[in-house]
Amino acid sequence: MYRELKVLAVVVFFSLLTYYLVEPYAHHEMHKKVDANGTELVIESHGFTYDGRDDIAEAKRSGNETLVATKIDFWKDVVEISKLEGDVTTGEAVFANCAGCHNGMSMNMGGVIVPNLDHAGRIYDKNYLIALIKDPAMASNVDHKYADTSMHPMGSIKFTVSDNQQIADVVAYMLEKKAEEVTPKEAYEEACVRCHALRYKKMTQLGDTPTFKHKKDALAHEIKVIEEQEKVQAYMGNLPPDLSMIIRARSAHFLETFVANPQGQLPGTSMPRVGLSQEGYDKVKAYLTEAGDPSKKAREELGPWVIGFFIIFTILAYLWKKSMWRDLH
Amino acid sequence: MAHFDKNAKPFSNKWLDERIAINTLKRVLNTEYWIPKDINFLWAMGMVLAATFGLLVISGIFLLMYYKPDTNLAFDSVNYTIMAEVGYGWLWRHIHGVGASIVFLIIYIHMFTGIYYGSYKQGRELIWLSGMGLFVAFSAEAFSGYMLPWGQMSYWAGMVITNLFSGGSLEAYGLVEWIRGDYVPGDAFLTRFFMLHVLLIPLVIIGLIVLHFGTLRLPHVNNQEGAEIDFVEAGELWKAGKRKESKVIPFSPVFLSKDIFVMGVYFILFFYLVFYHFDFAMDPVNFDPADGLKTPAHIYPEWYFLWSYEILRPFGKDVGLIAFAIAQVAFVFLPFIDRSPNVAPAHKRGLFQIWFWVLIIDLIVLTAMGKLPPTDPVFAIVGLISACLFLAMGPILFIITIFEKKLEKGE
Amino acid sequence: MEKKRRDFMGLSLGLFTAAGGVGALYAMKRTWDPLPSVQAAGFSTIDLALAKPNELLVEKWRGKPIFILKKTPEMETHKRDIIVGGERYHVSIGLCTHLGCIPAYKKDTKTFFCACHGGVFDISGIQTPGLPPPSPLEIPPFKIEGTTLVLGEEGPEYLQMKTDGLTV
Repeated sequence: MYRELKVLAVVVFFSLLTYYLVEPYAHHEMHKKVDANGTELVIESHGFTYDGRDDIAEAKRSGNETLVATKIDFWKDVVEISKLEGDVTTGEAVFANCAGCHNGMSMNMGGVIVPNLDHAGRIYDKNYLIALIKDPAMASNVDHKYADTSMHPMGSIKFTVSDNQQIADVVAYMLEKKAEEVTPKEAYEEACVRCHALRYKKMTQLGDTPTFKHKKDALAHEIKVIEEQEKVQAYMGNLPPDLSMIIRARSAHFLETFVANPQGQLPGTSMPRVGLSQEGYDKVKAYLTEAGDPSKKAREELGPWVIGFFIIFTILAYLWKKSMWRDLH
Repeated sequence: MAHFDKNAKPFSNKWLDERIAINTLKRVLNTEYWIPKDINFLWAMGMVLAATFGLLVISGIFLLMYYKPDTNLAFDSVNYTIMAEVGYGWLWRHIHGVGASIVFLIIYIHMFTGIYYGSYKQGRELIWLSGMGLFVAFSAEAFSGYMLPWGQMSYWAGMVITNLFSGGSLEAYGLVEWIRGDYVPGDAFLTRFFMLHVLLIPLVIIGLIVLHFGTLRLPHVNNQEGAEIDFVEAGELWKAGKRKESKVIPFSPVFLSKDIFVMGVYFILFFYLVFYHFDFAMDPVNFDPADGLKTPAHIYPEWYFLWSYEILRPFGKDVGLIAFAIAQVAFVFLPFIDRSPNVAPAHKRGLFQIWFWVLIIDLIVLTAMGKLPPTDPVFAIVGLISACLFLAMGPILFIITIFEKKLEKGE
Repeated sequence: MEKKRRDFMGLSLGLFTAAGGVGALYAMKRTWDPLPSVQAAGFSTIDLALAKPNELLVEKWRGKPIFILKKTPEMETHKRDIIVGGERYHVSIGLCTHLGCIPAYKKDTKTFFCACHGGVFDISGIQTPGLPPPSPLEIPPFKIEGTTLVLGEEGPEYLQMKTDGLTV
């Protein structure tokens, strides 16, 4: 008995050592990020709240002093505005400026379809909304793509809604009136689908794919999708990937930190920060899980039963073995 | 014409015995197939492997019902049809994926048990050789199966491994294209590896398993002390009811009862992995569809190929290939490199014991280095040293076993 | 005594394993079931306005041919007829109830004739006695929605036919 345990300990030790080296350790080494001096950068998510600290740190690493100053000023203003008391009624009037484009018509403007804002107050973070209205390119941390950030497809908002109080009002309006209960699917449609198709849910950049009785209609729709994809590709540089399997293709930590700040994980990416709140992210994640890992629930339900079965099996087998080996020594 | 009892009831013991010698079979394969008593749980690894192979076959059958070997359909047939639509499709896939990875852990344990206890010589050479045949066949099976989901790792593993056949400076690209049936891994490549995975290699494996069991019957399994046992005499003692005095037990049911207990413990671990920790066996990168225009940031084989992959990596193209080729076949020759007549556990064989543990540690270091990024200079040096050490292990074994003293057996 | 104990333990383990085996068989059975996408595709909509009197219209439902025949006023009526907008239609699964071949419609004799084994069905899908087909052509589950027929859904008219034993 003692000898068996000793042998088992040796086998377990070497198995776990190998496992540790090829899994946690190797993956840590492979995916670690270092700055110019070789210091390891730890990328954390901040619970989907946005105060610009990642952006300022990035600017500092780039060594561009003007950029650092711009970022610091920008996010300082955002925090200032967030402290203002917003008026919902005035905000509704200001929102008319937004509704001109965000009219739910799914029009492509400047490269992407204008997102629907029906649940904007629910799925996006307050600070992010403020930042977005102040300067969309800065808020989404893609300002490096523009010489002048007002060239962003939504850049002109800087001139139409420029007063700090106005920004506070319109954000207060959205947080109150555009904040109904949201389903995972709606969250995905409002936050992601304009760039990312989801073929396991029959979704393209144009949203749900209808069923067609005639091949001709199906092909006509496909052409519309291709045209939309071309516009998105022209705007983004690459066609953003289909997200059907992304929930299994990337780790939970990667997805979380990447969505919170794409530049942190993939410096230079054209993916903008979309500013999801914790709730918004949870909803999107739930939808991606439905698409890419639909067996999760069944797996978690069945697991304890199967393992319980083999525990009892092993106990019975042990008793049988004991009765067999009882008089052997 | 042999004698048949006309009054024997169909399918009765007598009826069957006259037709397929059932009593002889039972005696030879079960009740009088003597196994030494002095064994530990490592002796159950063979049956654990057989059970795992069974799980792989069963889960594979159900996956085969819905898998589509076509570069346009393969990825979605696995990740959508099987995972989302087929009832319990996800269960078969997870069993298959985890089984394919964990079977190598058990193979390695089984193999190094054999090396530690010296169970590959003095009459047991064929057991070792057929076992190595199985190792090669399982490796081919694992590689061909890895192609099938047609994700990024499938494609790029297919690309890199088939390129090995260009033979370095021989530049035999014609051979590479012949293997692929295309300039790059494409449809023809996928369908032929599908055939290999579900038909040809499984047939070879089944044949080799039968041979492996066959080669075991006459020499019998070894025991913890490497003691030479007179199985006929010990068997007679058992049959006379002297269970305590006999050094042996029958395969069935006494040995089997222990095997099944060990299997139970193993299945708890196995299904824990299937339900809660499958990621280690199903690499996230392979959930990105194959893209011939984009190599993933890090590519690496599954963990069980890492040590031999690392022997390829630190050297230049030609030397690397030769070193890799030597590593692939090195273990096959073990019974002939080991010149010592001793069949005994390593801890009784002096220098051999040191050799054994150095080998284990070297393989683990190679395995780790095979996955770590080669760009780090420290990892590169460690990789080079451990690869050279591995290549030296053969000649070292040859020398130390020549000088190994004959052990006096006290049994 | 000792042997008894061994046998008992072996038997318990065997029975417990068999119970687990039954569970595994259930999972295997589920794997053989038609996929949800196949079941969802089990609905098709047929526009009856396309049918012309005494001309056989063939549509597809669950991979099977569906016969739609608009009856002329002279044709014999039957309880199996589907009445939509005052018009009578014969609708059935176009597979012979003998062994599943597709019968052909003969305009002149107004019968369905199966070439495989010579079965004959009349204009309402009733088999001719003495020939191989044992029962009338089957009526697929249907639901009337305006002038269209949704196949695969069970509407009140279909359920009535079922209760009356007009189809299986």
